This record gives sequence, structure tokens and C-alpha cells, in this order.
Amino acid sequence: MKGEFLFFMQFVMTGLSMGSIYALVALGFVLIYKSTSILNLAQGEFLMVGAYFCLSLTIDFGLNFFASFAITLVFSVVLGLLVERLVLRPLIGEPIISVIMVTLGLTYVLRGFVIMVWGNDIRQFNVFPQEPIDLWGVKLTYLYVWSMGISFFLLSVFVLFFKYARTGIFMRAVADHQTAAQSMGISVKRVFATSWCIAAVVSSIGGILVGNIAGVGVDLGYVGLKVLPAVIFGGLDSILGAIIGGLVVGVLEFLSAGYLDPYIPAINEVFPFIVLVLVLMIKPYGLFGTEEIERV
Amino acid sequence: MLAVNNIEVIYDDVILVLKGLSLTVEEGKIVALLGANGAGKTTTLKAVSGLLKVENGEVTDGTIEFMGERIDNKAPEEIVSRGIFQVMEGRCVFENLTVHENLVAATRTLKSRKEIQARYDMVFHYFPHLKSLRGRLAGYLSGGEQQMLVISRAMMARTRLMLLDEPSLGLSPLLVSEIFSILKRLNQEQKMTILLVEQNAHLALSIAEHGYVMENGKIVLDDVVDKLRENEDIKMFYLGLTEVGTKRSYRDTKFYKRRKRWLA
Ligand SMILES: Nc1ncnc2c1ncn2[C@@H]1O[C@H](COP(=O)(O)OP(=O)(O)OP(=O)(O)O)[C@@H](O)[C@H]1O
Ligand SMILES: [Mg+2]
Repeated sequence: MKGEFLFFMQFVMTGLSMGSIYALVALGFVLIYKSTSILNLAQGEFLMVGAYFCLSLTIDFGLNFFASFAITLVFSVVLGLLVERLVLRPLIGEPIISVIMVTLGLTYVLRGFVIMVWGNDIRQFNVFPQEPIDLWGVKLTYLYVWSMGISFFLLSVFVLFFKYARTGIFMRAVADHQTAAQSMGISVKRVFATSWCIAAVVSSIGGILVGNIAGVGVDLGYVGLKVLPAVIFGGLDSILGAIIGGLVVGVLEFLSAGYLDPYIPAINEVFPFIVLVLVLMIKPYGLFGTEEIERV
Repeated sequence: MLAVNNIEVIYDDVILVLKGLSLTVEEGKIVALLGANGAGKTTTLKAVSGLLKVENGEVTDGTIEFMGERIDNKAPEEIVSRGIFQVMEGRCVFENLTVHENLVAATRTLKSRKEIQARYDMVFHYFPHLKSLRGRLAGYLSGGEQQMLVISRAMMARTRLMLLDEPSLGLSPLLVSEIFSILKRLNQEQKMTILLVEQNAHLALSIAEHGYVMENGKIVLDDVVDKLRENEDIKMFYLGLTEVGTKRSYRDTKFYKRRKRWLA
């Protein structure tokens, strides 16, 4: 491949693998928003807790990385359930804005918990080999390839789950018309709990993957902030939108790092947000957001 | 099958809506529940289906029994699994789900794939028109198609008693009579018991065996349908007829209504 194009593809591919992780986390975000109308501001902290937990099992307890990965998933299911049961269920019926404020409080609680247990220096996983794989001239480390593989796999699983599995359809039904869903015997509480579990699980996975790439530190919480433009970009309540939004934000971040960074340092951190603002000016519901179906 | 005994329903701890309401529905029957706007018909259905709780309402007195067991103030999930299914007024389809997904969403209480498939086929047997719309988003269906869909959802669950709230609302007379004849068939062929709330008394009485009239949170009249049709007050208020069978203007009826209430 030609040098210029190769340079471009290098950033696109790295962006896509980072973006696929964002997409995964964005999916958790959208899921909670769709079924409960709550913006979970603690999503990034879920990610951080998951990463620390897995890191600690691997490094401090010397477990095999994949074993720690699996245990972390179980742990995040429990974490999701606990948060739903202890923090959110008592607030059912309260104004949405208070519940969102509570998730903001949750970010500090989880952050404090992490610092208390694990301290706040940045640590590395170092489990994947460092030498890159050569894909037609584009060089990607194993880590990026794995991240992309795992994320895309999970994303497809979730898309199929929501389309075909009965539980997935029940969840969408609750998101669509809560009372009607209840009138048909669907347990809204169970659906809420499931949403929080899935959100916690995908965040943990995202946290472990990003943690492998960038090191595990308290800063991982900010990934939650990065996912926000992805989610809004996709329209907040669209699962497909979240996936595409995540990928777009990842690619934009890396392309701007590659091409604009020499002129405007650290532009990659804000570039996705700039594009987000532009998109929202043209399409206020995001790319895939549902404007209510209205029959007159 | 269903026995509502003297229930009192309060919303938000203060608003008393049902004041000692009693009614019974026998297995295999269609029973009509008539009454003016705001009489508490929908509230009665919600008390039975447990949806009252969702809206901050509560049965504070009296009992509701289904097949001999108390079900008052139980959770809607539990009541649905016993075979009571409320088809809410206003055709609450899941707009962003397809017709197929709307039907699947009603199968929470079913376990076996075989039963789901059998019920799915039964739906299309009674509503063949829906079959071609399976992949369509329910939000884009016409009002009549949506009404068929919400009735079909009740058929997907293992429903023995359907609580049907104003199915004729906003539909053309022709379509309504089609839907009502399907309801009658469901009742006869599938032994579906129906408690039917309707504004259109004429229609409701045409398929029901027994009727209740409620006003202000109480039952003020109940009888077999033939007797109800003969009742002068029913003719006056709900069928829009006077003694000689000629239509009176709505304004007269309304005036008269203000003077004379069911309860002296
Ligand atoms: N969630 C609620 N909270 C407070 N009051 C309510 C609630 N739902 C209904 N009500 C009141 O209860 C009364 C009866 O309402 P209901 O919906 O049962 O009447 P209805 O007979 O179904 O009327 P319609 O024929 O117009 O549907 C009304 O006065 C209404 O204002
Ligand atoms: Mg009503």
C-alpha cells in the first residue's frame, strides 16, 4: 500500500479498535437510558472498578489473565445488581433529575472505594505480547486486535439478543411503554436489574481492554466522558446508534491525533466533542435517535 | 370465576374513586361494564389486574377473588400468570417494536416453544390480516390494526379472563362490528371469558350476556342483557332512545341526566 494511505489506515484501524471498546461501553449506557430514562453518570467508574478488580486478580493474586477476566465478569454482575438494588430501586418514582444526581454521587463513592483499596498510581497489565501484527502493512498490536475482536463479538451478541431473545424483546417492550409491558406480566424491576447488570458487565470489559492499552488508573473513569459524545451522536436511545457512535468517536479521536496534533496539541481529546456539536446542530436527535412515532 | 366484593379504591392516598363496588363474572361469559366518563370503569379493571399499584392507587377495602383465591393488591406479574390480562384503553402497542415482537412480548408467562407457536398460529387464525403485517412497526399500523394487535397480545398469554377497555374507541362502525364478532367467536370457541368496558352500550349489549352499569364509583344497576335492554333508564342514557323508540337529542338527555341520577 502507498505510504500516505497506509498512514491514514493505521489511524483508522487503531481508531476502530478503540472505538469498538467505546461502542461496548456506550451500549451499556444506552441500555440504562432506554429502559429507565436515567443517564448513568457513573458508567466510567464501573469501567474503572472492573479494570482494577481484574488487574488486582492478575497481578496481586497471580491468576491467569483469562481467569481473572471471567471472575471480573461475575463480580460486575454482582456490582450492577447491588447498585440497582441499593441505590436506584429505592428511588423509583422520584424525579429523574434526582436519580441522575445520585449517579453523580455514585461516581465519587466508587472512585473513593478504588483509591481506598488499590491506591491511585497507574499500573500496567503487560499480558499481551508487544510486537505488532502486520495486516497488509497496517501494524496493530495483539492488544488492539483482541480488543476489536472481543468488542465486535459482544456487540453482535447483544444486537442478536435484543432482536431475537425473548428477554431482549421484553427489555425493549419496557423501554417502549412501561405500563403496557407491566400489564402483560413483564417485571419492570427485573428488566431494570438486567439493564444495570449488562451495563456493569460491558463497562468492566471495556475497562479491562482500555486498561490493557493505557494502563489502569483512576483516569479510566474519564472514558465514561468520552463515551457520552458517542452515545449522543448515536441518538441516546438507539443501540445501533451507540455502536456506530462509538466507532466514529474512536476513529475521529485517532485521525485528529494523527493529522491535527502537530498543529494543535492534544486536539484529539476535544475533536470528537467538536464534531458532536456540529452533528447536533444539524440533527438534534442524533443520527439514530427516535423521534416519537406520531399518527395524527 | 371473578368476584369483586365491595371494593374501595383510593388514588394517591386521598382520591376515593370506587366506593363499595361489587361485581361477578362467571366463567365463559361476556360481561359488559357500562358507565359515563369518569365513573371508574377503567379503575375497576386496574384494580383486578393489579395495574392500580403502578399508578399509586390501592384497594383499601373489600376483596377480589379469582377462581376462589384472593388477588387484591397482588403484583401485575402474578395476576397475569393466573390468567387475567388487561387490554388497556387507548391501544397501547409497543410502537417501536414490530407486530411479531409485540406478540412475543406477551409471552412472559409461557415456557414451551410449542405453546408459543400454537398461540401464534391461533392469533393469525382469528386475525388473518395481521399475518401480512408481522414485520411492520406497530406504531405505523392503523387504529383498527392496533386494536387487533392488543387483543392478539392477550391471546398470546395464557389468558382466561380478558379485561377489555373500550375497544371501539375511535374506530369506524364497520371495523368495530368485525372486531366484536371476533370477540364473540373467541368467547365461544376458545372459552375466553371477557369483562368488557364500553361507551358504546348498544354494541356491548349485543355480544354480552350480563351487564353492569356504574356511576360515581358504584354499581347502580345490573341484570341480564335482555332485561337491561328493556330498562327505560338504559334506553334513555345509553341507547339514546325514549319509550317510543325515537332518538332524542343529546342535549335533552344531558339535561335530564343532571336532574335524575341512578342513586336517589
Ligand atoms: N391515576 C389516577 N390518579 C388520580 N385519580 C385518578 C387516576 N386515574 C383515574 N382517576 C380518577 O378516577 C376517576 C375514574 O377514572 P376512570 O379512568 O376509572 O374512569 P372511566 O370510567 O374509565 O372513564 P372513561 O370512560 O373516561 O375512560 C376519575 O375521576 C379520574 O379522575
Ligand atoms: Mg376508562
